[in-house]
Amino acid sequence: MRKTQLYLVAALMIVIGLAAFYYKWHVLSFPLTPVEQTEVWDIQARVEYQPRSGPNQVTLQLPMNSPGFSILDERFMARGYGMTIERDRAGSGREVQWRIRRARGDQALYYRATVYRDGAVEAPGDRPGQSQPPELEEAETAAANALLEQVREQSVDSASFASRLLREFSEPSPSPEVALLLRERASANDRAQFAVELLAIRNIAARWVHALELGVDGAGELRPYLQIYDTDARIWRMLDAQGRIGWPDNLLVWSRGDRPVLDVDGARGGRFDIRVQSSLVDSLEAAVKRLEFRDENLVAYSLLSLPLQTQDVYKILLMVPIGAFIMLLLRNLIGVKTFGTFMPVLIALSFKWTSLLAGVILFVLVVGMGLLVRFYMERLKLLLVPRLTSILIVVVLIMAFVSVLSNRLGLEVGLSIALFPMIIMTMTIERVSVAWDERGPGYAMKMAAGSLLIACLAYLVMSWPPLEHLVFVFPEVLLVLLGLTLLLGRYSGYRLTELFRFRALARSQTDG
Amino acid sequence: MLNPFTIARRLRRIGLLGLNARNADYVLLYNQRRFYPRVDDKLQTKNLAIAAGLPVPALYAVVREEHEIAALHDKLAPYESFVVKPAHGSGGDGILVIHGRRGNRYRRAGGSLMSRGEFEHHLSNGLSGLYSLGGQPDHLLVEYCVKFDPVFEKVSYGGVPDVRIISFLGYPVMAMIRLPTRMSDGKANLHQGAIGVGIDIPTGLTRRGVWGTEPVEEHPDTENSIVGLAIPHWQELLLIAARSYELSGLGYVGVDIVLDRELGPLILELNARPGLSIQIANGQGLEPRLRAVQQLQRSGNLSADPIERVAFACSHFATT
Ligand SMILES: Nc1ncnc2c1ncn2[C@@H]1O[C@H](COP(=O)(O)OP(=O)(O)O)[C@@H](O)[C@H]1O
Ligand SMILES: [Mg+2]
Repeated sequence: MRKTQLYLVAALMIVIGLAAFYYKWHVLSFPLTPVEQTEVWDIQARVEYQPRSGPNQVTLQLPMNSPGFSILDERFMARGYGMTIERDRAGSGREVQWRIRRARGDQALYYRATVYRDGAVEAPGDRPGQSQPPELEEAETAAANALLEQVREQSVDSASFASRLLREFSEPSPSPEVALLLRERASANDRAQFAVELLAIRNIAARWVHALELGVDGAGELRPYLQIYDTDARIWRMLDAQGRIGWPDNLLVWSRGDRPVLDVDGARGGRFDIRVQSSLVDSLEAAVKRLEFRDENLVAYSLLSLPLQTQDVYKILLMVPIGAFIMLLLRNLIGVKTFGTFMPVLIALSFKWTSLLAGVILFVLVVGMGLLVRFYMERLKLLLVPRLTSILIVVVLIMAFVSVLSNRLGLEVGLSIALFPMIIMTMTIERVSVAWDERGPGYAMKMAAGSLLIACLAYLVMSWPPLEHLVFVFPEVLLVLLGLTLLLGRYSGYRLTELFRFRALARSQTDG
Repeated sequence: MLNPFTIARRLRRIGLLGLNARNADYVLLYNQRRFYPRVDDKLQTKNLAIAAGLPVPALYAVVREEHEIAALHDKLAPYESFVVKPAHGSGGDGILVIHGRRGNRYRRAGGSLMSRGEFEHHLSNGLSGLYSLGGQPDHLLVEYCVKFDPVFEKVSYGGVPDVRIISFLGYPVMAMIRLPTRMSDGKANLHQGAIGVGIDIPTGLTRRGVWGTEPVEEHPDTENSIVGLAIPHWQELLLIAARSYELSGLGYVGVDIVLDRELGPLILELNARPGLSIQIANGQGLEPRLRAVQQLQRSGNLSADPIERVAFACSHFATT
């Protein structure tokens, strides 16, 4: 009964810990390892225009729900302008409106965004409303019908229909029908819009978008892409101007095609260009920024929201349970004996400020010198508390002395001794000397060396960067650790050292 | 050299009790924490034993305060020999066995002399908790020094052998006698080099010995055989072990008994977490014997009469 309950609680801890871990890792994309890097793109859109006298308004479409990408961060730079950001009602578009009462000379406005590939796929949506067919003259109507008929013969479904149509459009030597139809529609955007309208004649749901290819660094260009609604999968399929079907790898959808990307109200000469710069950033930073951008409370209530100094402290504190767990394994599964249950963990912790070798040397130095003093004090026959106090005082003095001396010698590492836990060292000195008196020098030295060795082991595990990162970014793994600890809490099998201790009993037996 | 898995399998087969199993399956389940002070504090143990009519070394004095130490010299003057021990000590730490005096100095069991100053310092260390579990301030007992029974003279070196009996729910399940050696410095603690000799519960005869991890037949210092010795007053010893269940309230307890030349068996101390070496000394695991008692418990046949419990042990727990 009691055991079932224990297993239940332990399993619960492990499941909760793993689930939280999985969610953060897979859904929120927190990186598993500290060195993981993510490619991000810095996109700068620059608007230039000649203002007219009087108020000016500039409206720029902004990227919003580009499948496969997330925005980490965005900034607007427009000095002297009032700014509002509006989302349209359908949630499919977003624009910034810059307004200024009076402007003089060339105006330059900037929008900068950092985007990050999140690998998300487009969510299925309902069939959109039908677009309007084009208004055509008689000659054009005949040409359009002929063209559509010809396209229909060469296609099997709506996507291949649209693809065929776009290919006819982009033919270097177009057919007479196409030439006629496109005579008045020279720009790529106009052709995309026209294609959507032609498809409407055939009841094919289509739309077009402005999209930016993030392939190369440098100047970027928004190009029109046609999208055909796939009624079965309930998603949009992408076609480029040449009629190739499929999402290009690095395509960032900027905004809907039926709105001009840039609209400079009243003034003339609005120009718009885009520059793209890719770089690698720390995945953790990217994940945190993305969450902040999405306004999620997860960051606000996580360790990552703490001031950096406090974060550093927690990076170390969170490793203490790991060290304690190692002690549990060593004591209850292996059967190692040490001075004090968690003393090696605390010693290991202090090595974090020095590095292993220097830490061991400094520790042995202080404890060794402290022991000499302690042996002398034995002669003075002090009572316990005064004796501990005087050892503590001596330890502090030794630490100060080592710091000053190493500073003089230019050994910087000696300074970090100040961070050693003096109470721990005092207790170590006392314990070693008591064991020395009671059990003999051999035993005391063996125990002391064993404790130090285990401290080194604990240090090596506790300062392993991947583990440090894992526990700091995913503190919920400590719940898993708690679960395992609970499970081990009633482990009643042999310890490894017991097999050695009782081996004489086993030797007299035979396997039967 | 056997591989660890073979060892583990064989040990499991003979039902060897490991530390984890002792703690998880017996100490934690059968020993209620509120009864611990009864055995952790040797003064309480002594008082309870006296109240229950069990024999213990006579108490000469209790030292609770620093200032009482100085007055102790006069108080102990009538006694030629005595033993000072911290009430919460363990593993023999802090125990001072005084065998006599020379002028103003005390003669220790090993023969060395101790000035009054050294004596007082040792006691004040004990009071401040140096030798005690957890290091909390402690009090000291001064008690009768056991004059050990000459039957063991030939098989011990410089100290008092003691008999350890493990009592489970009042049933004496396993026993051994611990013989001090030169290596153990006269102390009867196995890990310090004393010899453990398994005792056959029905007959009270010693069967086999272990020194360190090796089986031995003779005492390494005196070269006398340690096998086949008859423990005097054996039934009385078993009865004391059985009755210590009611006395302590602890289901799983180790009882340490010494044999005095004139007074017979005396309880030295009880132990809520008795060690496991007794299994090596007996060449048997504890688990089958503990299971047998658990079987009685399950069928509701546990006896409230210590004599019946001893009888059950004598008919079931033989060491060959
Ligand atoms: N009254 C006594 N007379 C003689 N020797 C004693 C006495 N009390 C203790 N000793 C010696 O000290 C050892 C440890 O004493 P014990 O009471 O078992 O304390 P601990 O809890 O430290 O083991 C005994 O094995 C015995 O050798
Ligand atoms: Mg003892």
